[in-house]
Amino acid sequence: MKSVRSPLVTTPPKAPTGVAGFDEITGGGLPRGRTTLLVGGPGSGKTVLALQFIAHGARACKEPGIFVAFEETSKRIVANAESFGWKLPELRRKKLFFMDAQPLPDLVRSGDFDLGGMLAALEVKTREMGAKRIVFDALDVVLALLPDLAAERREIYRLHAWLLAHELTGIVTLKSGGDETNSISQQPFGFMQFMVDCAVILNHSVVLGVSQRSLRVQKYRGSGFDENESAFLIGNSGFEVAVAHTLSRVDVKVSNERVSSGIARLDTMLGGGYYRGASVLITGFSGTAKTTLSGAFAEAACRRGERTMFVCFDTNSTEVIRNLLSVGIHLDRYVKSGCLRMISARAITGSAETYLVRIKALAQEHGARCVVIDPVSAWSKSGNDLSTQSVADRLIDWSKGEGTTLVCTSLLDEMSGQGEGGSQLQISALVDTWIHLNYLIQAGERNRGLSIVKSRGTTHSNQVRELILSDAGVTLADTYTAGGEVLMGTLRWEKERAERALHEAAEVAAKLKRVKLDAEEAELEVRLKSLQTELVAKQVEKALLVRTTQSDQGELSRGRTQMKELRGADAAIPVRKTSPP
Amino acid sequence: MSRRAMFKFRLYVAGDALNSAQALANLTALCRAQLPDRHEIEIVDVFREPQRALADGIFMTPTLVKFAPSPARRVVGTLSQTQPVLQALGLETIAA
Repeated sequence: MKSVRSPLVTTPPKAPTGVAGFDEITGGGLPRGRTTLLVGGPGSGKTVLALQFIAHGARACKEPGIFVAFEETSKRIVANAESFGWKLPELRRKKLFFMDAQPLPDLVRSGDFDLGGMLAALEVKTREMGAKRIVFDALDVVLALLPDLAAERREIYRLHAWLLAHELTGIVTLKSGGDETNSISQQPFGFMQFMVDCAVILNHSVVLGVSQRSLRVQKYRGSGFDENESAFLIGNSGFEVAVAHTLSRVDVKVSNERVSSGIARLDTMLGGGYYRGASVLITGFSGTAKTTLSGAFAEAACRRGERTMFVCFDTNSTEVIRNLLSVGIHLDRYVKSGCLRMISARAITGSAETYLVRIKALAQEHGARCVVIDPVSAWSKSGNDLSTQSVADRLIDWSKGEGTTLVCTSLLDEMSGQGEGGSQLQISALVDTWIHLNYLIQAGERNRGLSIVKSRGTTHSNQVRELILSDAGVTLADTYTAGGEVLMGTLRWEKERAERALHEAAEVAAKLKRVKLDAEEAELEVRLKSLQTELVAKQVEKALLVRTTQSDQGELSRGRTQMKELRGADAAIPVRKTSPP
Repeated sequence: MSRRAMFKFRLYVAGDALNSAQALANLTALCRAQLPDRHEIEIVDVFREPQRALADGIFMTPTLVKFAPSPARRVVGTLSQTQPVLQALGLETIAA
């Protein structure tokens, strides 16, 4: 049994940093009681990360901390961090100590010196506060004062030994090359990277004018970690590291509930609507009514009373509301009731990462169950080409994890010319339902067509439908296929009319025929009746005839007998003579 | 500057560390040569009085502070390079 547990036992204890995502990458935080090196160029966020680590320890982990500031004064650091809401001034009273150790500008050097004085002072302070965490911010500033490389190494060793001896979880931040021109030799830092137990490298680069920040754990002794570069952001509450799907989140609750797309016929086409928590992609060129379709979804969600967030990149949110009103989608009342939150994301500038983080934060704040992003392709603007793919992955990941129903639109590049090309973000492979909108130009008309490219787990129609926008709302109409071509718009209408006319004519003809037959039937019946009457007459006549004939004959024989009697003679002979006929 | 002004020094040392001992030796030699009978040297051991080092903002040892005559000056190190020390302490003219 022991052997089962042994791999766990060897993992060193960790000190959580409180940085969203970072603790996931490192499997729990920084190595407790060890030293971590944080290297980064100017403005890469070293101080913020270190400060967040200390503040989190003091606030949430009952681990008081000391922040040794070699570069910026503590006053300025605290002031700069005020916007993050870490309540540093409050923590400073007991759990957080800032030590200003900036070398004075008029400091004169003469010969060798060491950091013994500082460590002695820190030792007292550590004991006094029961400090568990310590940060040396911008150690390079003081190392640069040392006369030679050997002295620098010696002081790094001294510091490291001191940290280990006191079992403090330490962060040492150092500047890396970047565009720094000062002649700090890279060597002692390189050497320090070998010495420490954990090294984290922060990067800040600008790609086509868009700022991109990323972080990489270079080493972590005795523990597994995510070795890849992860994008991060310095947001409203500090550091946020973007991490893709971690194993712990794989099993997401899957819902069988359907939610309406807002268009009754589309729901029918999808066999009942979208799945709750599904990701829906609507692609199409500009003007193919992508926004209208997503607006219909938002309205339907609000009508069900679900909190919804609508993020628009292309147009202002007020314009979207006005424009959707023209097709009978009333969003304004839901905005007023607070059910719907419209976000004009044009105001947000920055990397795709920034968008994702902001949207996530806003959606959480609003408690949104349905989110619309119109269009998500705005993310892949220049400078974001490399990161958007992973950002889109994480967007879908996130919405699935939260059970949020997500509708994204994606603008297709008109120049690409391909009828139905995947979106630039390549998220078409990830989404559950993909609806494609396009134009069909025919007989001098441009009509909108809608088709479902894919819909996982739902039966769906294979038909292209015509999307009709009117002030009464959005509807779908059947299209006609004639001679291998789809008919829409006027052609469809004409076809419909022609069919209607044909149908009417047929109906009239049938009616006429029925009437005619009725007449014939009636006539026949009449004839039948008269013939029957005639028959009766004839029968009567016939009966009469029979009767008269019989009486005549009776009369005749009776008369002859009388005559014979009257004559009283030889009956036989005179009878023969008188009756020759 | 009056020739009779008193020079007041405070030297922060880290126990019996080699560089601290060197600094003390260099300082006494310098004072004997440049400021006979008009200097005071106070020695603070940061290991014994760390609170004082903290309060005074002493992070590197050895550190020499001259607080009289004004302006106050700080020199860090063993004081082995005499010229910059003299310059910092305002003794250059005397040495010349």
